[in-house]
Amino acid sequence: MDLTTTYLGLELKHPVVASAGPLSQTLDGVKGLADGGASAVVLYSLFEEQLRAEVARDEALIESHENASPEALDYFPANPITIKSAAYSYLSLLERSASALDVPVIASLNGADLGGWVEFARELADAGASAIELNIYLVPGDTATSGDAVEKRHLEIVSAVTSAVSIPVSVKMSPYFSSPGNMALRLVDAGASGLVLFNRFLQPDVNPETLGMDSAFDLSTTHEGRLPRTWIAALRNHTNASLAGSTGVETADDVIRYLLAGADIVMTTAALVRHGRDYTSELVSGLQSWMLRKEFTSLEQVRGMMALPLVTDADALERGGYVGAIQAAKERYGAL
Amino acid sequence: MTRAIIDGNEAAASVAYRLNELCSIYPITPSSTMAELADEWAGKGQKNVFGIRPTVVQMQSEGGAAGALHGALQGGAMSTTFTASQGLLLMIPNMYKIAGELTSTVFHVAARSLAAQGLSIFGDHQDVMAVRQTGFALLSSASVQECHDLAAVSQLATLRSRVPFIHFFDGFRTSHELNTLEMLSDDDLRAYVPESLIIEHRDRALSPEHPYIRGTAQNPDTYFQSRETVNPYYDKVPGIVQGAMDEFAELTGRQYHLMEYYGDPDAEAIIIIMGSGAQSAMQAVDHLLADGRKVGVLQVRLYRPLPVDALLDAIPASVTSIAVMDRTKEPGAGGEPLFLDVTSALAEAVSTGRRATLPRVIGGRYGLSSKEFTPGMVIGVFDELAKPSPRPRFTVGINDDVTMLSLDYDELDVESPQTLRAVFFGIGSDGTVGANKNTIKILGSQDGTYAQGYFVYDSKKSGSRTVSHLRFGPQPITAPYLVNAAGFIGVHHWSILERVDVLKMARRGTVVLVNSHYSANEVFAHLPEPMQRRLIELECELWTVDANAVARTAGMGNRTNTVLQTCFFAISKVMERDAAIEAVKQSIRKTYGRRGADVVAKNENAVDAAIAHLHRVEVPEAPVSDKQRIAAVPASAPAFVRDVTAQMLIDNGDTLPVSALPVDGTYPSGTTQYEKRNISDIVAVWDENACIQCGNCAFVCPHAVLRAKYYPETALEGAPEGFQTAELNAAGLPGARYTLQVYAEDCTGCGLCVEACPVKVPSGNNRKAINLALVEDREPTRTNVEFFESIPVNRRSRVDFATVRGVQYLEPLFEFSGACTGCGETPYLKLLSQLFGGRTSIANATGCSSIYGGNLPTTPWSRNKYGRGPAWSNSLFEDNAEFGLGLRLAADLQTELARTRLEQLRPEIGNDDLVDTILTTEQQYESDLSAQRARVDELKTILEGMDGIRAADLRSVCDHLLRRSVWIVGGDGWAYDIGSGGLDHVLASGRNVNVLVLDTEVYSNTGGQASKATPMGAVAKFASAGKETISKDLAMQAISYGNVYVARVAMGADPEQTLKAFREAEAYDGPSLILAYSHCIAHGIDMKKGLDQQYLAVNSGHWPLMRYNPVLRMAGKNPFLLDSPRPRFPLRKYHENELRFRMLKAADPEAAERMLEFGQAQVARRWRDYEEMSVRGADEFATDAKE
Repeated sequence: MDLTTTYLGLELKHPVVASAGPLSQTLDGVKGLADGGASAVVLYSLFEEQLRAEVARDEALIESHENASPEALDYFPANPITIKSAAYSYLSLLERSASALDVPVIASLNGADLGGWVEFARELADAGASAIELNIYLVPGDTATSGDAVEKRHLEIVSAVTSAVSIPVSVKMSPYFSSPGNMALRLVDAGASGLVLFNRFLQPDVNPETLGMDSAFDLSTTHEGRLPRTWIAALRNHTNASLAGSTGVETADDVIRYLLAGADIVMTTAALVRHGRDYTSELVSGLQSWMLRKEFTSLEQVRGMMALPLVTDADALERGGYVGAIQAAKERYGAL
Repeated sequence: MTRAIIDGNEAAASVAYRLNELCSIYPITPSSTMAELADEWAGKGQKNVFGIRPTVVQMQSEGGAAGALHGALQGGAMSTTFTASQGLLLMIPNMYKIAGELTSTVFHVAARSLAAQGLSIFGDHQDVMAVRQTGFALLSSASVQECHDLAAVSQLATLRSRVPFIHFFDGFRTSHELNTLEMLSDDDLRAYVPESLIIEHRDRALSPEHPYIRGTAQNPDTYFQSRETVNPYYDKVPGIVQGAMDEFAELTGRQYHLMEYYGDPDAEAIIIIMGSGAQSAMQAVDHLLADGRKVGVLQVRLYRPLPVDALLDAIPASVTSIAVMDRTKEPGAGGEPLFLDVTSALAEAVSTGRRATLPRVIGGRYGLSSKEFTPGMVIGVFDELAKPSPRPRFTVGINDDVTMLSLDYDELDVESPQTLRAVFFGIGSDGTVGANKNTIKILGSQDGTYAQGYFVYDSKKSGSRTVSHLRFGPQPITAPYLVNAAGFIGVHHWSILERVDVLKMARRGTVVLVNSHYSANEVFAHLPEPMQRRLIELECELWTVDANAVARTAGMGNRTNTVLQTCFFAISKVMERDAAIEAVKQSIRKTYGRRGADVVAKNENAVDAAIAHLHRVEVPEAPVSDKQRIAAVPASAPAFVRDVTAQMLIDNGDTLPVSALPVDGTYPSGTTQYEKRNISDIVAVWDENACIQCGNCAFVCPHAVLRAKYYPETALEGAPEGFQTAELNAAGLPGARYTLQVYAEDCTGCGLCVEACPVKVPSGNNRKAINLALVEDREPTRTNVEFFESIPVNRRSRVDFATVRGVQYLEPLFEFSGACTGCGETPYLKLLSQLFGGRTSIANATGCSSIYGGNLPTTPWSRNKYGRGPAWSNSLFEDNAEFGLGLRLAADLQTELARTRLEQLRPEIGNDDLVDTILTTEQQYESDLSAQRARVDELKTILEGMDGIRAADLRSVCDHLLRRSVWIVGGDGWAYDIGSGGLDHVLASGRNVNVLVLDTEVYSNTGGQASKATPMGAVAKFASAGKETISKDLAMQAISYGNVYVARVAMGADPEQTLKAFREAEAYDGPSLILAYSHCIAHGIDMKKGLDQQYLAVNSGHWPLMRYNPVLRMAGKNPFLLDSPRPRFPLRKYHENELRFRMLKAADPEAAERMLEFGQAQVARRWRDYEEMSVRGADEFATDAKE
C-alpha cells in the first residue's frame, strides 16, 4: 500500500506530520516525534517579535543603571545582546534536529516586521530547515488596521520571504479573512508553496474567580476540523499548492476526512499531547486499515475524493452542509 | 594613525594588554575599567602583539593580585596589573620584592586619594607617593594621549632597565576623561618593543632546567651591600626612559621628555608640577606670557628614580623663584615629596657649584580628591611667587581659614573662543551622560574636530545628579578642569534648577535649554528668581522643550536622551543645523540598527518631533516672579546641617572653608532626614480600608519610608485633613488606631511594598492595600508626616519583636539612604537598626553599604528621641571583620572595667540591690535590656553626685553595663574574597560579634565584578564567559567551627525566618554569621520583582534557608535547622528571570545549558547534604570547650 505523499515538494512516507507545538521544543522532543512515526516535524514557532521584545527588555535593564555612579558606569560586561544571539537556541535546535532526523524538519517563523522575517528566514534556511512555515500572527483586538492592510501585509511578507530563500515556504493561515479562499490563492500567487489550514489563535479568557485573565492553552478538539476541511475541499481543485489540514485531528477518521477533502498531509499536536508521541503510528495504521477496508492502494486515490469539483459553487456546499447540519440537529434534538 | 575617542583607562589598558601575557587584577575605583577591558578583550580572544591571548586572572585582593603577579614574573611571563589607592598600598610588600629582584613589569595606576579622615574615590597622588620608596620607577602621564603613549614607553623602559615601573595618571580627571587621541597600532607596538627584550626577561625566570635560588634570607654581613648592588641599574633609568621617549618620537612624531619645560626660556618664576595639573599650568603660562610675564612650567614625567640632571637642566638659569606643586598631603613633613626633592636637588647643585644661585622655592598642595585645579589657581600661585615674601608653604583651590595657608585667586577664562563648551545637568541613568558620550563621538569623528568629555556624579545610587562637561574645538583639547564658562547649558530635569544654581558656569550669551512641561510663554515665570535675573544679566538665549512629552508621544517612554540631544545639536551652533540633525540620525541608525527598523524609526521620529517642539523663550527685561529655590534643608535642621551639609547638597561644598569641617572625620548621624529628595513622581499610597496591618510592606521597604504607629483615638486631635488612620487590628487594645505613614518625599517608588502586600483588593485591577500612584501635590504628605511624627513612637516593651507584624512599630534608625531604588540590602540594615539600633556599634566594610551608609553629604544611620542610635564606622575593605572585632574587644574591656569599678564603688553608691542587679541580670530579651537601661540611668544619676577618679572612671564606661551589640556588615566581595581570611579568623575567635553579609553574589559597588559568591553560569565582569565554578558555601565553612551561629536568610522568601535569625544571632553569646540574600541591579532584574526573585532563589534551591544554632547543640538538640521547603521549582525558572544568566544563554547557549545542568545537580547535592545534617544527632556536630 502506498502511503507516500508530497508536501512542499518534500517526499513524505505517509501524510501524518507533527505540527508546531510544545513537543518540539527540545532535541529529545523532536527526536521523540520522529521516533513516534511522524513523517515530518514542524518545530515550535520562533517568535521573532518576542525575541525582539526580550532583547529590548535586556537592553533596557542594562541602560537603566548606566552612568549613574562614578564607581560603576555599568554593571555588565559588554556582551552585545542581539536578536540573533537570542534566537541562537532555536537555530541550534533546528540545526541539531535537521542533522539528527531522517525525516524533514520544517521551521516555523512568527515575525513582526518585514526586516525580521527576511533576516530570520535566511537564518532558518542556513540552519538546515527543509521548509519554512510562516505563522503570520496578528493580535486579536486590533481595531486600527483595515482588513485590506492585513491582507497586504501577508502578501508582502510571503513575497519577501519566498524571494529571500530557496527552500519552500508555506503559510499557516488564519480563518478570519473576509474571503479566506481568495486570500489563500493570492498567498500562493505571492509565492507560497503550501498552505496550512488553519492557525488557531490562543485567546485569553476571563477568570471569574481570580478576576484576572487566563492565558490558557487549549488543545483542539475533533469538531474544530470541520472549518479547515471545508476550505481544503473548496481549494483543492483551484490550486496545485500543498494543502495541510491542521486542526481537530484526534482519530484516524479525522486524518481520513482531511485526505478525502483534499489535504496532502495532516498535522497534529493535540493528539500527540493527549496520547503520546507514538500515537502517530496508530493514526497511520488506522489510515492503513481503512484503506484496506475500502480497497484503496494508494493515497493518490483517496486525496481530494470529496473535494469540491471545479464547477461546483462553494457557497452551495457550505449551504448544503449548513442545511444538512440543521436537519441532523433536528433529528437529534427535536425541533429547534 | 587611527584617531579614537576613549578615556585614560582605555588608553593605558589598550597598550598594557597588547604588550603583556598576564593581567593580574582586582577591581578598585577608578582603575577597575582597565581590568574590565582586559577581561573583556581576553574573553573575545583578542591577542597581544606577539600573537598570544593574554591570561586575565582575578584575585581575592590587590595583595593577592600582586602576589600572583610576582610569581608570574618569576615564572618569566610578561605581567601587568591595574590598581589605585588602597589597592596599591596592599601591593607594597610585593613591590619591594619585585624591585629588589630587578624584575620588569609595569603597574598602571589611576592615582587616587587614600582613606584618612574619610574615604575618597577621587584623584590625587597620595597613593603613588606612598610607594615612591619601593624601588619602582614612577612615570606620570598628564593626558589621555600620554596615558596611551607612556604606557608603551614604560613597558620598553622596564624591559631595558630591569627596574619595575608604575605608570600613573590622575584618577577620574584623566582615567575617566574622554578625549581624542592617536592610537598606536599593533605594528607600532611590535616595532617599538623588540621581542629580544622579552626573551631576556623570560631567560631570567626560575626554571628547574637551570635552577638557582632567589628570595634568600640574608644576614648583617651582606644585606646592606646587596641592597647597594642595584644602584647602577637605577642610575641608568633616566637615560633609558629618555631613550625610549626619543625612539617613540621617531616612531610617532610625539616627543616627550623626562622633564618638560614650557614657557619663557628666560623665565624668572616657574611652577614645577606632575600629572594633569601641568596642562592647567601651561594654559595659565600662555595667558601670562601674553601679558609679558616671565614665567614657565616644568612638567615632571619621570619622578622615580628622580632624574636630577634632567631636572636641573630644565630649570632656566634665570629662574629666581619656584613653586613646587604636590597633589598629595604628608602631615607633619617638612614639605611634600616633590617639593623636598626639588629643593634638595637645587641646594646640592648650588653647593657643588653646578648652579650659581639658589632660587626661592615654595611648596604648595593642590587638587586633593579631584579638587579642581584651574588656570586661575595657577595664576594665583604665580602671583604669590611675585610677592616679596611668598608663603613658603601654601595650598590652592580651597579656603583655609584655620592655618591660613590657602592662596587667593580669581577664576578666569583662558580658553580659546574657538572651543565650544557645554554643560548638561541630568539624573543618573536618564540617558544624559550616554547621549553626551555619543555626542562626543559624533563630533569628535568629524575631520578637524577634537572633543573632550568629563562627567561628574553625586554619591547617591538612586536619583543621583550628573553634570556633563563637554568641549569641542579645532585644536586638541588640554583643559583638565571643569567647564567654567559654558556656551551651552542644558538642564534636563526641572527639579535640578529648583534646587541648584545651574547658571554658575554661564557667561554672556550662553544658550540655555530647559526641559520643562511649561509652555514657552509660561516657563520663564516659573524659574527661580535668581535664575531669571542671571539669564537677563548675561543676555542668555533661553530655549525650552517638553522632552518628556515628546519622548512619550514618540513611543520612547521616559527616555528623553534622543530628544534633548537633538535640541542641543539644533541650537548650540556646534554644527550647521541640518547637518547636525542628519548626524544625529546617522548615529541613531548605527546605534539602534540592530534592534530593528521600528526602533530606528521611533528614534528618528523623536528627532523630528524634538525640533518641532523646541521653542525659543523670550527673556523679559526684569524678573517676573519672586519664586525662590527650594531650600536644601529645612530651617529647623541643626546648625551643622544648615551651614555645612546644605552647601554640599547644592553643589557648593567647594566653598566651605577648612574651619567648617570636622577635624577628625566625625559627622553627625542621621542627616538624610533633612534632605527631602523627591526623586520619584510615583510613590506608595496606603489604602487604610484594605490594609490588614501585617507589617510586610514596612519590613521590606528599602528606604524606611513606610512607618507604622498605633495610638489612642485621642492622639488624632489636631490631625490634618486627609490624615489616614484605621482601627488597630489587634487584640487587647480596644479603640486604638493605626496609621501606616508614607514618607512620600523620601519614597523612591520602587514598588517592593506592593509586591510584599498580601492583600488583593476585590475591586480588581491587581490593587493591593498599598499601591503606587502619581504624586500630584506633595504638600499634604508633608503635613501628614509632620503630624505623624508628633505621635509618640510605640514603647519597645509593648511591641512583639518576634513577628513581622510587631517589628513595624520599631523605629528604623537607618533611613532614606541613597541606595538604589528597590535595593535588596537596605531592608536588612533597617531591620538591624530597628531591633538593636540603640545599643549597636557597626563596622562596615567598604562597598555599597559603606557608600549609601556613609558617603557625604547626608548619611542614613540615625538616632532615636533619646539620642541613641547605631555608632557606625568604615575602616577599610579588607579589614572589616578585624575592625569589628576590635570594637568588640574594646567593649568587653570597658564592660569589665565598668563591672570592676562598680564593685569597688559599691559602698559609696549605697544601693546594693541596684549594684547586684546590674551585675547579675540576664540581658537577653528586650524587656531585660530596657530594665537594665533604667538601672544604668539610675546609676548615672548617683554617680553624678560622686567625686573621685573611680567615679569618673565608672561614669565614662557605665554605658557598657548595657550589653553592646557589635555588628560587622559588608558585602560578599568583602566576606568571600578580600576579607575572607580576617572573617574566618574573627569567627574562629569565639567572640560575641554578629556578622551580616549582604550577599548580592557580585561586587555591586564597583560595577558587577565576579566574587566567589557569584553562582555558576552567571555572567559578571571578570567572568564575561560565565562563572565556571560554584559559589563558596560560606555557611558550611562557618558551621565547621561548631560554635558559630550561622543563618542563611532571604526576607523576600520568609521574613519571619529572617527576623528569627537576626534575633538569635544577636542573642547568641559568641560569633554569629548571617548570609542575607540581597537582590541587586547587578543581577539584571526588574527591581520591582526583587522579592519574587528571592522567593524563587529559595524555592529553586539556589539559596536554601537554614540556621545553625550552637545553643541547641548545647541543649542536646540538632543545631542544624533547614528552614525552607524542598526545592519545588527547577533552577532554570530562577535563572530565566535574571539577565546575568540570560547573557550567557545569548552568548553561548550550550555553555549556559551545561552550567545550568551542573548548577541543578549542585542544588540537589547541597540539598541532600543539608537534609542529612538536619536529621543528625547533636553529638555529630563539632563542640567547643566553652560548653
